[in-house]
Amino acid sequence: MTDTRQDLKYTKSHEWVRVEADGSVTVGITDHAQALLGDLVFVETPEAGTEATAGEACATVESVKAASDVYAPVSGEIAEANEDLADAPEKVNESPFDQGWLFRIRPSDASELDALMDAEEYAAMVASET
Amino acid sequence: MTAHDDTLIFQRSRNGRSAAAQAPRPQTRPVGIPDALRRRSAPGLPAVSELQVVRHYTRLSQKNFSIDTQFYPLGSCTMKYNPRACNSLAMLPGFLDRHPLAPAEHSQGFLQTMFELQEMLREVTGMSGVSLTPMAGAQGEFAGVAMIRAYHRSRGDDQRREIIVPDAAHGTNPATAIMCGYQVREIPTDASGDVDLEALKAAVGPQTAGIMLTNPSTLGVFERHIREIAGIVHDAGGLLYYDGANLNAILGKVRPGDMGFDVIHMNLHKTFSTPHGGGGPGAGAVGVSKRLLPFMPVPVVVRDGEGGYRHAAEADYPHSIGRLSAFAGNAGVLLRAYVYMRMLGREGMTRVAEFSTLNANYLLAELRRTGFDLAFPERRATHEFIVTLKRQAKETGLTAMDVAKRLLDHGYHAPTTYFPLLVPECLLIEPTETESQETLDGFVAAMAAILEESRTDIDTIKGAPHRLPNRRFNEVAAAKRLDVVFRPETETGDAPEAENARTGTHG
Repeated sequence: MTDTRQDLKYTKSHEWVRVEADGSVTVGITDHAQALLGDLVFVETPEAGTEATAGEACATVESVKAASDVYAPVSGEIAEANEDLADAPEKVNESPFDQGWLFRIRPSDASELDALMDAEEYAAMVASET
Repeated sequence: MTAHDDTLIFQRSRNGRSAAAQAPRPQTRPVGIPDALRRRSAPGLPAVSELQVVRHYTRLSQKNFSIDTQFYPLGSCTMKYNPRACNSLAMLPGFLDRHPLAPAEHSQGFLQTMFELQEMLREVTGMSGVSLTPMAGAQGEFAGVAMIRAYHRSRGDDQRREIIVPDAAHGTNPATAIMCGYQVREIPTDASGDVDLEALKAAVGPQTAGIMLTNPSTLGVFERHIREIAGIVHDAGGLLYYDGANLNAILGKVRPGDMGFDVIHMNLHKTFSTPHGGGGPGAGAVGVSKRLLPFMPVPVVVRDGEGGYRHAAEADYPHSIGRLSAFAGNAGVLLRAYVYMRMLGREGMTRVAEFSTLNANYLLAELRRTGFDLAFPERRATHEFIVTLKRQAKETGLTAMDVAKRLLDHGYHAPTTYFPLLVPECLLIEPTETESQETLDGFVAAMAAILEESRTDIDTIKGAPHRLPNRRFNEVAAAKRLDVVFRPETETGDAPEAENARTGTHG
């Protein structure tokens, strides 16, 4: 059974989103997503200062099975990316919700967050898929 | 232990030992190389005898899984038998000894075969013109999308920035679109494996340069709405690109040109049976509809007024996207495809599609009977199909990777695993038309044995392969810490430096 955090929001494409105190949002992939992908061998994060568009690919995670796009859950400017992952992609497997975070966005339209799922809805979606 | 000896050829090296008969003559110092560029020390080549070299590489070659030794149902790759006649005829001295810069009047035989190959490919795909110059499938794709771009540009239609790629398309398609400067818009597949037409309608517009489709798709099913798709994309002003990865399934049955495609690349090393592997040499001929004829990569072989053949280049095709190879493609590979097509003839071509499809549907039915789940149980297979181990992974822990590894113990090359990405725990299985029923039955028996074993002894499967020289690899280490450079340990002990260099690349 994979882990779901109650305090996060989720996308249909298996990203998690945490709204920080300063209004920025941190994004990663869920425990379920990392379990499906298997051991990651490479993570490509976006550069700080670039613009991301909700629903469009802005990072790549590559496992021994496949390379997958990670989609921006909301539009906005990339504030920061998790540079540690370049050398230690396994952090996404070991700690998907904490040390394995991918990037942080300053949303241009915070109302886009309302379209995301809560933990209960996400868990239900995962249950229906498996 | 000689059969499983993993000693490197460098480790066999002994100072002063050599293959005397093949040793170079006393060295002459080449002139014209600046001192700064000359190496300071001799290259670290192994000092071994001729017999040692022969044994070493023969032993390595015996570890190969190949189509010449084993059934190789690697989906999406069409690992069919390469008839030896193609090989021997392509090696005729008249072809082999011809210099690529020989004048056309000395090359009429070769040029005629290339012209006839263009014509046969044009006819079998229903296109208006064919260029043979791309050196591989990827380059053929690049040529195809570059022609789409050149077409829109020639009309001043520069706002077309997007290429649509269904999620069931071949994996190289989005990469090609990006390489050609386009943005990729992905559209979904519906539950039965066809393109979601509503999503396509919503995606097209004045920004659409084209769509890249593989038909049959990588899901192993024929796209049933292809005519509607062609209508929707053409009405929006876009062009249709056909990825020839799965052409084997439809050869002589239905033609991409008739489906409405504007450009197609063909992997001659798949459908037309030229040798695969080792990264090349390949051949990715492209075919085009009438409106893309001016943009074809050059040279193209044409027939002049007096019945002779010549290469037509920039002078004849001023709007060409240019050259993709130093001469005119991989001549040796093109010749093999030519002989293969001439041996098959028009009727034989149709049998390729019929028997590859029949073999795939036979395997599909047998594996279903054995207890495997199909990704699209309500659809017939094309030349390949998908088994999903989603249920077994949950029940017994048997994954697609486990089946792939255990099949090696049974003497079969694994099917394609974990592709397409849409289907969880999948095996993409393509038997091709050149396999006998006995071979297919043997494969089914191996699959049945693995399924049975997964219920009683999953640990044995998890440790597979057991009967090969090498056991299961650590895939993470193989991807992240691949180390294929031999570094001799010297007596003076500069090993620490080498150690630093090694960790430096990862830290």
